[in-house]
Amino acid sequence: MNVFQFMAQNHTEVLELTAEHLWLVGASIVLAVLIGIPLGILITRWPLLKRPVLGGANIIQTIPSLALFGFLLPAPWIGARADRLAILALTLYALLPLIRNTYTGIKGVDRAVVEAGRGMGMTDRQLLWQVEFPLALGVIIAGVRVAAVISIGLATIAAAIGAGGLGEYIFRGLAMVNNQVILAGAIPAAALAILADVSLGWLEKRLSPH
Amino acid sequence: MNDSPDHRPAIQFRNVSYRLDTGYELLHNLNLGVQRGETLVLLGRSGSGKTTTLKLINRLLVQSQGEIYVDGRSLAEWDVIRLRRMIGYVIQEVGLFPHFTVARNIGVVPQIEGWPADRIQQRVHELLQLVGLEPQLASRYPRELSGGQRQRVGAARALAADPAFLLMDEPFGALDPITRAELQREFLALQQRLEKTVVFVTHDLREALLLGTRIALMEAGQLVITHTPDDFVHSANPLVQAYVDAFQTKRSS
Repeated sequence: MNVFQFMAQNHTEVLELTAEHLWLVGASIVLAVLIGIPLGILITRWPLLKRPVLGGANIIQTIPSLALFGFLLPAPWIGARADRLAILALTLYALLPLIRNTYTGIKGVDRAVVEAGRGMGMTDRQLLWQVEFPLALGVIIAGVRVAAVISIGLATIAAAIGAGGLGEYIFRGLAMVNNQVILAGAIPAAALAILADVSLGWLEKRLSPH
Repeated sequence: MNDSPDHRPAIQFRNVSYRLDTGYELLHNLNLGVQRGETLVLLGRSGSGKTTTLKLINRLLVQSQGEIYVDGRSLAEWDVIRLRRMIGYVIQEVGLFPHFTVARNIGVVPQIEGWPADRIQQRVHELLQLVGLEPQLASRYPRELSGGQRQRVGAARALAADPAFLLMDEPFGALDPITRAELQREFLALQQRLEKTVVFVTHDLREALLLGTRIALMEAGQLVITHTPDDFVHSANPLVQAYVDAFQTKRSS
């Protein structure tokens, strides 16, 4: 039996695990966008915060994922359910590319354009929402894209703490020393990553200033 | 701002210096008045302090010392946003918003001032005509325009809310000589009709002589002298002569 026959036979389970996987990744990316973009904007306005915020997000990236899942286990409401815990951990990992790209995107907007806007009497808020943010959007989406691809890979490890997702097959296959089962998790996960990369890449191109 | 007597300069610098945080002085003890309705050209080479002077007027930079008055009021008393909206600003790189159409670019100040949409549209139409652009360009993006067209849009944008003042920082600097001459002529014609108070920065002597009511020569952060164009070319001041000579050798070579 090859891996595709295995997947066809177990298609309900494959779909279930894929859905779980998407839930973990989707929820964490939404949360990371909601936290990371405002933080990225904040540090363009308050340069003193830049080092602590980017430094903090950097440090989180260096924590091995299994260890981070473990650290978060004792947290009250979070630790009660494995998927909450996985979502929190994935959100933390996704923060760095989002904060960094929001910051560099806004800082990278043509100086002449920003100065023209300021010289014409735009308030800081008008400058941000009418000029800087729209012009930085392509770079910000590139950050979402990186975060999404990383999250899809990392989410497979969430199965180790019982959060479900395609990692289930990978860990089960490892335990059974069965490559087909491992691939039944790995192939759909890779396909999801490629899909996210391509679709967000398309969006990035569309939203980049001409 | 309407009650200020006309004999008072529209813009006045009193003992103004500008220093960087590092202590380096870009502008030293400037005293200069700009009369209502005139085109004052700030002439000088790169680093002479002319752009710094310009940016002090709309408070993109804030002086380290001295006072600047606009319409008789010290800049410190002005609300900076209000001040900037009554001063049109045109720069060499144009700084058009690449994600806005020509119409939206021109209508930016009216829009942030909260004009109703139909009035903005009407104004944009007027302005396109004023600066000699076809109405169908309104829906284009800046990247689809030539350099000369872009600069015209930049001028229309600066004029949109009918400001009393115009600050122009080498607005024709990046254009080819033919387009440049064309825009200079149109600027003169337009200025005769509109009579804005204009401060115009350039390093080009010929442009200064052509456009200026008065020319203020700057050198190393200091004002050398202020002259009418006629007096300027005949000035006995050695720095002025050096500047004039430099252009003559450049032309004959």
